[in-house]
Amino acid sequence: MDKPLAIEVRDLKKSFRIPVHRVDSFKERMVRPFAARDYRELRALDGISFEVGQSEFFGIVGRNGSGKSTLLKLLASIYRADAGRIRMAGRLAPFIELGVGFNVELTARENILLNGVMMGLTPGETRERLDSVLEFAELGEFADLKLKNYSSGMLVRLAFSTMMETDADILLIDEVLAVGDAAFQQKCADAFREMKAAGKTIVLVTHEMSTVEEYCHRAMLIEGGHILQLGDPEAVGREYLRLNFLSETGGAEAAAGAGSEGVRLLDIWLEDAGGERVAGVGHGEPIRLRAELELARDASGVAVGFTTDNADGVTMFQLGSGISGSDGTARVGAGERVKVSAQLENPLAPGRYYVHCGVQQDQGKGDISLYEHRALDFVVFGSERDGGVLQLEHEIEAAVEAEAGR
Amino acid sequence: MNAGEAAASELREVTGPSALGGGWRRFFSLLWLMAVTEFRRIYFGTVLGYVWSLIRPLLFFAVLLFVFTQIIRIGSGVPNYPVLLLLGIVLFQFFSETTQEAVTSVVGQEAVVRKTQFPRLVIPLAVVLTGAFNSGLNLIVVIVFILAWGVDPTWTWLLFPLALLFLFIFTTAIAMLLSALYVRFRDVAIIWSVLSTVLFYGTPILYPIEIVPEQYRNFILLNPLAPIFEQIRVWVIDPSAPTAVDAAGGVLGLLPATAIFLGVCFLGVWVFRREAPRIAEEL
Repeated sequence: MDKPLAIEVRDLKKSFRIPVHRVDSFKERMVRPFAARDYRELRALDGISFEVGQSEFFGIVGRNGSGKSTLLKLLASIYRADAGRIRMAGRLAPFIELGVGFNVELTARENILLNGVMMGLTPGETRERLDSVLEFAELGEFADLKLKNYSSGMLVRLAFSTMMETDADILLIDEVLAVGDAAFQQKCADAFREMKAAGKTIVLVTHEMSTVEEYCHRAMLIEGGHILQLGDPEAVGREYLRLNFLSETGGAEAAAGAGSEGVRLLDIWLEDAGGERVAGVGHGEPIRLRAELELARDASGVAVGFTTDNADGVTMFQLGSGISGSDGTARVGAGERVKVSAQLENPLAPGRYYVHCGVQQDQGKGDISLYEHRALDFVVFGSERDGGVLQLEHEIEAAVEAEAGR
Repeated sequence: MNAGEAAASELREVTGPSALGGGWRRFFSLLWLMAVTEFRRIYFGTVLGYVWSLIRPLLFFAVLLFVFTQIIRIGSGVPNYPVLLLLGIVLFQFFSETTQEAVTSVVGQEAVVRKTQFPRLVIPLAVVLTGAFNSGLNLIVVIVFILAWGVDPTWTWLLFPLALLFLFIFTTAIAMLLSALYVRFRDVAIIWSVLSTVLFYGTPILYPIEIVPEQYRNFILLNPLAPIFEQIRVWVIDPSAPTAVDAAGGVLGLLPATAIFLGVCFLGVWVFRREAPRIAEEL
């Protein structure tokens, strides 16, 4: 590592004791003194080591329950580690979520003050920044309004600008981008770019691959408390999606044998009604997806599937089919070209979409497998945009009903 | 590169959550700010905000005064009984309401505890401090009453803050103990509401210590609040009343109460320190 380190984590371990029978009162402890000690050990993190350099934007991805949030809470000193060591350089913003610690009974001014002090500023320093926080949030005229009278949009703006105003060198962020409307997400994205430019060290935990690929210098994938992959965000993103893909279609045991085994994706494209290749489809026009595969050896029980995500990494739809051979059975010979042809209706809202292609044998238990992340991207174009990920054919009427007597 | 940057680029051990976490300066700034904002919220929050917190003890006082001077004549022979009763009620109210509120305080701040690195001890301490501000104001009113009643200030009034300090320390220790225990055992709240009523009757507030039959007096004096309240009576209201030492029949008689006082303080600190790193997980 050539850059100075901001965070160093060595062999970090954390497990939780989950009481089989939760004891919440003295009485229960008296009544069953032994049952109370019945715990199930849950290993959230099992020996994790990594480093984050200064001014690095570091992404942590993982499926639910993989231990990524636990890791963040350990970094933020909310949990205490069972074993291992965390070292940090510089000041850490002690928040992992926006707007935590806001008291709705207090005014914006009081909350900013409280939050600033929570972040380690002195009350004096916070007071100096008060105006610029309010200005950034565009809430100057509501400074003395209690937060309970704020709209959720105003709250988020306030929370974000409060966070931006602190001098923290290291920020830990858990899924912030998932909140708020499109306009706010845009503002978050801008602020992220700003923070990145300002040389802050940022650790971001997220589900959204697009965020990781767009902002992060490096990323880490954790699963079951272990680091599965660490490095290039796109490679990590691919691995993450493959992991999700496998768990949805074949189960985690298939993960070991996956990669690109015995099959090649030769081509994948979209066609228009006349059979010409196109880079996009108009909204409402059917999507005609074509692909060509080649198997390296004789096999049977091979299936191909496609997952389509929007630009935010949200899966729009999945489709798949078993491959049938020339003789009508499920047997395909080596070197034979498999043509895939799919047609589906297109309620997608205008925007960019990505198609990932996967092939597997016997529900992932066989030798043949392939996962190609973003094998194809295409655009759905259209002039209108109603909002939402889908734009459905609809009729809507809103009128005053004519009175019967007239 | 200046000194500040050099310090920032040095790796430091992260030790995890604790009762004090994040440095003394941040701890005290947070404590002060939390207590003051909460106090201001009560004070300015409603039109009658502060008035309510004064009316309650006054009303309680009026009822007790009537009962114990007109019906059961305990107070009739006691010099300055009304102001003694009023002072006792206001001070005990500080103790009981503050501890009562502290019990649920840490759990009540769940979001903060689970999602930020927040010095856990600030939460119950801020409750105690807010209670102290409030009672401080009440106390000024009570002092005015005492003077108006005709009690002459003596030099022993200077010792009054010392007794208040002991009361404050005891309240803080109990607040720490209960708020930490409540995270794991939710019936602490119920147990404490009963226990604090017991303590109210076990403290010489309604009755003077000298009318307690000899054989029970030492029992009453196990309660660390009893000598504190008795001493306040001597120092502020009635110099002729038996001091805590007199009531206990010598310095040795106060040893159990002192031991319990120190024990509770130690227990409060120990339990809170032990539980603090785990609170986020237990919630």
